[in-house]
Amino acid sequence: MDTIHACFKEKIGEVLLPGDVFSFRLPESGDGSIKSEKIICGPGLRRNGEEVRVCKSGILRHKQPNMYWIDSQQRRYVPAKGESVIGIVTTKSGDVFKVDVGGSEQASLSYLAFEGATKRNRPNVQVGDLVYGQFTIANKDMEPELVCIDSCGRANGMGVFGADGLLFKVSLGLVRRLLAPQSEIIKDLEKIFPFELVVGMNGRVWVKAKTVQQTLIVTNLLETSENMTSQQRQTLFKRVAEGSL
Amino acid sequence: MSTMAKDGAAKLSKNVLRMKFMQRGLDAELKKQLDEEEKRIISDEHWFLDLPELKAKENYIIEERSYAPCEDLVFGRMSFRGFNPEVEKLMLLMNTHQEEEEDDEDGNVSRMETDITDEEMAKRYESMVESMRKKFAKKRNRSTVTKSEEDVNCNVVEDQPKRAFLKPQD
Repeated sequence: MDTIHACFKEKIGEVLLPGDVFSFRLPESGDGSIKSEKIICGPGLRRNGEEVRVCKSGILRHKQPNMYWIDSQQRRYVPAKGESVIGIVTTKSGDVFKVDVGGSEQASLSYLAFEGATKRNRPNVQVGDLVYGQFTIANKDMEPELVCIDSCGRANGMGVFGADGLLFKVSLGLVRRLLAPQSEIIKDLEKIFPFELVVGMNGRVWVKAKTVQQTLIVTNLLETSENMTSQQRQTLFKRVAEGSL
Repeated sequence: MSTMAKDGAAKLSKNVLRMKFMQRGLDAELKKQLDEEEKRIISDEHWFLDLPELKAKENYIIEERSYAPCEDLVFGRMSFRGFNPEVEKLMLLMNTHQEEEEDDEDGNVSRMETDITDEEMAKRYESMVESMRKKFAKKRNRSTVTKSEEDVNCNVVEDQPKRAFLKPQD
């Protein structure tokens, strides 16, 4: 049998379904001469003993040097450690806020996890506020935990936001397309007019422009660009920019 | 009598022989015997688990649950065309990490020579110009200086009338 990478590489770009298995024998390292290569399996791939199982349907992707994952389309969000999301504060109970992040369970957010917050100086967070935060704990079957500071205690754009503006939901695939470096949708969109955008990995997007009308235009463009080719999108955006729509 | 004395010496108990001051007079063989016995006593007293030896296998598959490291996703807050300058500053800050890494790979030598790029220097001096100008401006003119800050580089001359005594109208 070939190396681990070879059995992944022949499937790159192909559609895989849950239940597909990558099995391989470990390269024998009895004498220590052959060092087994490590691989990182991202979302959609799961380790099962000596093999890797596919658990989402989608296309197998690869990133140098050793990362493999399944590029899938879904609307249901599953919290993952380190991801930044938009949450809605639902309850204030003592030391923690409960935040709805769209997952199976509400996340908890400590009142101390804000920039400049101390025991005496509580952050001003009300029920219904939007927070942009990061998961520090996101395990299976456990309550996830959000924070609004980085490891140095700085907010770096996290925290309560969104005095006005509009919050809506899109698919997780579109969110990833928006967040991709040099995203084409964003590049096309920013030519139209000035606006602000907050994109959470949980599929929530918040938009604010100068007027309500402009905010709605951006919202509608984002929602429609989900199922469009880049050419269709560009012609639509051009028409909007000219003001004919 | 002499034999009896020898027997008496031999009958010194082991515990006595094990004492430190007795060690000097002992011969090598007896010493060895005592050591072995001591070892046996110690190992008998020690407990151990009767388990097969655990073999730790090297884990060569690492799981990652998030898409962010896979697809190099950027910072989630964005602002365009100066809608929210604070966020635009943050975007520069948060999204430079990836660009810098790419730069380092192909432009390592050029970066080593100049720690501060021309652009950074220009940006730094941009703010310097304003603060220095404020310093040298007279108190009266300061308010006008701050007003005209926005068009530092555009050479629009502000034609504000000079302050002068206004004659009261009748």
